[in-house]
Amino acid sequence: MSAPRKLPRWAELGLLPLVNLTAALLLSGLVVRLLGESPWAALKLLADGAFGSQEAVGYTLYYATSYIFTGLAVAVAYHAGLFNIGAEGQAYVGGLCTGLVCLGLGTWPFWAVLPLAVAAGAAGGAAWAFIPGWLQARRGSHIVITTIMFNFLAAALMTYLLVNVLIRPGQQSPESREFGPGGVMPPLHELLAKVGLTFASTPLNLSFVLALLAAGFVAVFIWRTRWGYALRVAGENAAAAGYAGISPARVTIGAMLLSGALAGGLGLNELMGAQHRILIDFPGGAGFVGIAVALMGRNRPLGVIGAAILFGALAQGGSQLSFDMPKVNRDMVVVIQGLVILFCGALENVFRGPLARLLGQREGGA
Amino acid sequence: MRAVRLNPCPSVVEDLHSIYPALELRGIEKRFGAVHANRGVSMSVAAGSIHGLIGENGAGKSTLMNIVYGFHQPDAGEILVNGKRVTLPAPHAAIAAGIGMVHQHFMLVENFSVLENVVLGAEGGRRLAGGLAAARAALEKLGRDYGLEVPLDAVVSELPVGLQQRVEILKALYRGAEILILDEPTAVLTPQETTQFFQMLARLREQGKAVILVTHKLREIMSITDRVTVMRQGAVVGEIATKETTMRELAEKMVGRAVLLKVEKGPAQPGEVLLEAKNLVVRNTNNVTRVKDVSFSLRAGEIVGIAGVAGNGQSELLEALAGMTAPSEGEIRFRGRYLVREQLDPKARRRLGLAHVPEDRLRVGVVARFSAQLNAILGYHDRAAYNRGPLLDRAAIVAGCEAKMQEFDVRPPNPALRLGAFSGGNQQKLVLAREIDADPAVLLVGQPTRGVDIGAIEFIHRRLVALRDAGKAVLLVSVELDEILGLADRILVMNGGEIVGEVAGAAATEEKLGLMMAGVRGEGSA
Repeated sequence: MSAPRKLPRWAELGLLPLVNLTAALLLSGLVVRLLGESPWAALKLLADGAFGSQEAVGYTLYYATSYIFTGLAVAVAYHAGLFNIGAEGQAYVGGLCTGLVCLGLGTWPFWAVLPLAVAAGAAGGAAWAFIPGWLQARRGSHIVITTIMFNFLAAALMTYLLVNVLIRPGQQSPESREFGPGGVMPPLHELLAKVGLTFASTPLNLSFVLALLAAGFVAVFIWRTRWGYALRVAGENAAAAGYAGISPARVTIGAMLLSGALAGGLGLNELMGAQHRILIDFPGGAGFVGIAVALMGRNRPLGVIGAAILFGALAQGGSQLSFDMPKVNRDMVVVIQGLVILFCGALENVFRGPLARLLGQREGGA
Repeated sequence: MRAVRLNPCPSVVEDLHSIYPALELRGIEKRFGAVHANRGVSMSVAAGSIHGLIGENGAGKSTLMNIVYGFHQPDAGEILVNGKRVTLPAPHAAIAAGIGMVHQHFMLVENFSVLENVVLGAEGGRRLAGGLAAARAALEKLGRDYGLEVPLDAVVSELPVGLQQRVEILKALYRGAEILILDEPTAVLTPQETTQFFQMLARLREQGKAVILVTHKLREIMSITDRVTVMRQGAVVGEIATKETTMRELAEKMVGRAVLLKVEKGPAQPGEVLLEAKNLVVRNTNNVTRVKDVSFSLRAGEIVGIAGVAGNGQSELLEALAGMTAPSEGEIRFRGRYLVREQLDPKARRRLGLAHVPEDRLRVGVVARFSAQLNAILGYHDRAAYNRGPLLDRAAIVAGCEAKMQEFDVRPPNPALRLGAFSGGNQQKLVLAREIDADPAVLLVGQPTRGVDIGAIEFIHRRLVALRDAGKAVLLVSVELDEILGLADRILVMNGGEIVGEVAGAAATEEKLGLMMAGVRGEGSA
């Protein structure tokens, strides 16, 4: 049988993504070359822009925070055998709920607002994911189709709300008024200053820590609890789930609720952490990047964190690159992201065979 | 137009017979990664003979036959047809060399007619009409010559399985096969159909064809073959004239040690009724009635066998009893509870003491990509023994799996190993261990030894009898008549979704059951 070859664990989780990433960067370098710029200089600018200073690191991790939330959302659904393309919409609606809490209770102390804002974001995201989940479980409507449609519904709903309801009176741009001080997530540099550490002022905020906690929660839930076990059984083999008395329909709905709740965490970072108000299109495609992040991170929480930081670096380093190297514009950065997704996602098996053969030979020879 | 060889000149056939075997394999080697599937396999099949090929699962029979049919390429060794060396890079090359194969799972287009199926891939020209007319004439002649009459215009899906098999054989003969490989051909047939099938094989032999019969049923080897090749662990361990051997000897060669072919068991001592089905009707998703008004009861301390040709409602009955599907009508009583009315799911039924070993182990009974230890808790994963607070108790899960592996001799005894990496027999032992260790009052078992090697079959049968002797009840669904005859204290026969008769295990014979399986009503029926 010529099924995907087995690689040792370290190669599967470390080497293979690295090889894929290198291939993507090589091809990107070729494109940069064709534009008449030096690939090496571009790579240096990219790396420097992403990790070269405290400020760069702060921005990279700020982007990564959003990607961790959406990446986890996609990964959880994946383990239940579901392809949730709707993290964007779920994040949008979850963020709306978080934002409403912050608008309404902005005068409360932050530590009182935080749990309510987290709960509201999770509930909003979960509610938006529930409908596609329910439709798949009870009516057989395919979740890929419905979650895509729900992205558009979320966008339409938010445009309506921001233009007609939430807009701050007397202005043109569709944004709410600013949150009160209780609705502002403390930036990490302020928190670090309290313990005597200095860090550059960036949008990186407490929600990065919350994202890491969410990743830890997902790891424990999926691999250490009976509910996670049931979820994985249903995702791997629905017939075996039925045999074991695990209802695939209930797993589908439950997994989508959890997935949507995780996506709903995005508002904590974007709205409470950075913008301090509700504005149009604040997820900015993070829901879709989450798909790539989950794919590249092998749907494992640690992998998702790593992939989220990579994509955060591409986002942050990419803007630096397009700033310093005008020939390589924003669209070019999207191309590089696309190549990374292509090699790490769609073509992930291209290097698997040769790599397995290489490793096999070496082990055989030793 | 494709040439169809119908009657090779008899004198040439005679000559070839005397000099060369129809098919000869010399030192065939094949490796799949670390698996050495064929080790220097040589065998020789004479024209005008039926040659048996037996071996346990994983002995390398299928690999060998797939090499002969051009699916796989040997790493070393040669294939000779009528004394001439051939290379077979693909099945069409094998067909051109006069080799035909009938797979265990038929390769037919179900909504095509018989004629269309036969000419598929050998249409002979761009326009179908001419080819079909020529094929019709050729097939009618083939049918007469070999006793293989099939209604050529019937749609394949409407034919009984026995006739579908004929279509497969016709397909091979139409393409000029002189060497016919049959992979487990009788798995889908009733005993009566098997008898007819063997008559047809004898006819092929008379006509000078070389027939290779791949099977694990020793009795068939003894009754029809001229010679038999036994394989074990990829190598040939014996090639013998069938007349000169016995079933016991063949079994020992296959397994490599002495085996018990028949289970030893005392008389049953039936107690109270544990499980009772009343007027069960099960319809599938297309609303076709698969189980029709089935009633029976199961007592403590007995094994009740359900015999029948595959696809006659046994599977659906078993799934309904286990709670995987809901019957449309009827009731199931189990220890005073009403399982249908209370809508108890499989997990709830297990908790009441109704365990289930499913027919299709790999598709239903396990998650192949999970480790053995995670499979050992499937269906029992929310029991207190495996949980500590909200978390799964890993230590308890590993310990539980180790205990089961030891008790049921699962090899290798490694709980962390992926389940798919175990052999079929060891997977099945683990599934049985999981269900039996939960100490059920009733065990529902479907095809307990399908895809399981002889050594493990003996073990599994002994465990089922032990369960009965411990005062539990076993409902055994199997398409292997030998298994039913050897184990069951009472036998129910299903045909077309109905129970057509009941026979006491001691009074049952293959003939009696075979007639009922074909739909003839027997004693004790309504």
